[in-house]
Amino acid sequence: MDLFSLTLHEIRDMMRNGEISSKEVLDSVYGRIEAVEDKIEAYLTLTKDYAYEAAESIDKRRLKGEKLGDLAGIPMAVKDNISTKGIKTTCASKMLENYIPPFDAHVFEKLKEAGAILVGKTNLDEFAMGCSTETSAFKITKNPWDLERVPGGSSGGSAAAVAADEAYFAIGSDTGGSMRQPASLCGVIGFKPTYGAISRYGLVAFASSFDQIGTFAKDVEDCAIILNYLYGYDEKDTTSLPIEFGDFKEALNKDIKGMKIGLPKEYYDKGIDGEVKEMILDGVKVLERLGAHVEEISLPYAKYAVPVYYIISSSEASSNLARFDGVRYGYRAKEYKDLEELYVNSRSQGFGSEVKFRIMLGTYSLSSKCYDTHYNRALKVRRLIKQELEEAFVKYDILITPTYPTIASKIGEKSEDLVAMYMSDICTVTANIAGIPAMSIPCGFSKGLPVGMQIMSKAMGEADIIKAAHAFEKNTNYYKNKPTL
Amino acid sequence: MIEKKELLNIASLAKLKLSEEDEEKITKKFNLVLNYARMFDELDLENVEPLVNINNLSNVMREDEPMESYDRETLLANAPEKLYGCIKVSKIIE
Repeated sequence: MDLFSLTLHEIRDMMRNGEISSKEVLDSVYGRIEAVEDKIEAYLTLTKDYAYEAAESIDKRRLKGEKLGDLAGIPMAVKDNISTKGIKTTCASKMLENYIPPFDAHVFEKLKEAGAILVGKTNLDEFAMGCSTETSAFKITKNPWDLERVPGGSSGGSAAAVAADEAYFAIGSDTGGSMRQPASLCGVIGFKPTYGAISRYGLVAFASSFDQIGTFAKDVEDCAIILNYLYGYDEKDTTSLPIEFGDFKEALNKDIKGMKIGLPKEYYDKGIDGEVKEMILDGVKVLERLGAHVEEISLPYAKYAVPVYYIISSSEASSNLARFDGVRYGYRAKEYKDLEELYVNSRSQGFGSEVKFRIMLGTYSLSSKCYDTHYNRALKVRRLIKQELEEAFVKYDILITPTYPTIASKIGEKSEDLVAMYMSDICTVTANIAGIPAMSIPCGFSKGLPVGMQIMSKAMGEADIIKAAHAFEKNTNYYKNKPTL
Repeated sequence: MIEKKELLNIASLAKLKLSEEDEEKITKKFNLVLNYARMFDELDLENVEPLVNINNLSNVMREDEPMESYDRETLLANAPEKLYGCIKVSKIIE
């Protein structure tokens, strides 16, 4: 048995029972990384010295008889837009190629306290802008199920690392689907929380009113365990919710009889691959057999979600990324004749094309000429979308949709097809627009590649998602399939 | 459709200079999004309030208490060029 292929809770139990040490677990994971990372390229930085030091300390504490939590000694990966003190945090951008944060993100601090061990920082689309991890300035991560295909994005490195057993779990961020979509394409669980549930302190900002940190996990139980450590109020994030969410493990092993599920028909429309659609509907049937009530519903405002997302998120990005000016930190151009040129040259050489596009779209949408027609109108439609969902959740506990319209595409294929690239966010952005939680869970394979089912609930309705997902998983076991590497 | 002149003006406002390749790519992407955004025309938004604060939290305050901060060396560690314990930039005043 390979230790790296087990789940977090299995490894936790073995460590607790004294069958294995944290160092042995780490050996297994780094052994795996050595064996497959050349093919996958999920990581931008490996933190081996740091990790072994941490594992040794966990083992010592355990030997002393200290009672340790679920995450103690568990190797994890963290997306490279989440600040790690003393460890490079590049956002996969030339702009931050050599940037070493002087502080930890709130979540990383919490995970360290819990004893989780960072094995490395993972690849992403530059500044998390993209859905294939192809806009990374440094490398192209491959989908572990087919090395010629993308892992999705922007958290593609984190998703691929978990799918390839290069970490037991991985932290990512989700602005328009950046956790759920790669989870779907790599066949793992991806969870985006209610807006404000997990502190964004230390996450390099892309679009502050959409960004949320979340987790990739091998199964639903692991996901519930990890979320328990990530959730909680943080005074350093002014949008942090002062709310107790309780223990997510209590939502496991629950009966879903009588649960009300809505299937918004707009998400099953043209543009969704036939086989993908079939798989989601088969998944829904599993829940129906377990006693859930399923109804088709309509969300007419859903079709406006993508332009709303692009305009608002780009506007926020334009403002957030203004800080990268080549002065205090980050990339500075070698040649410039005055301060103006220092700004322009540093930004033009430091940012890739996709980032420039988003900044400019935002600058345009916020300009006095377009503020009312673009930015302000998008904010209004955002309210309509949020209200429509709130109304739906009066009647339904969860909504189920595909996570992504297709299986993973070939590397290079979609980056040229703008409409396809643009439409790819269609199933996931609504949750970010409305600030609600959503999970992607593996629900089958099409042409040998994983397909994900998206479960959404009302804000703070995480327990309903976990309840349904766990019931589904126990009756399907898709997560047990592993890519051959 | 966005015109070249306007695109270049936005680039300059955003302190960006575009290569010819970027210019072409970004124009295409701009037009795609602006085209989709025209869908908003079909909606009556007259009496809809813009949604700026997703969780209705406002004016989050804390006590104004002195706290530990970073020392100069730590903060300057990432500065691309420094001189006499400060960040170095080119001359601003002639």
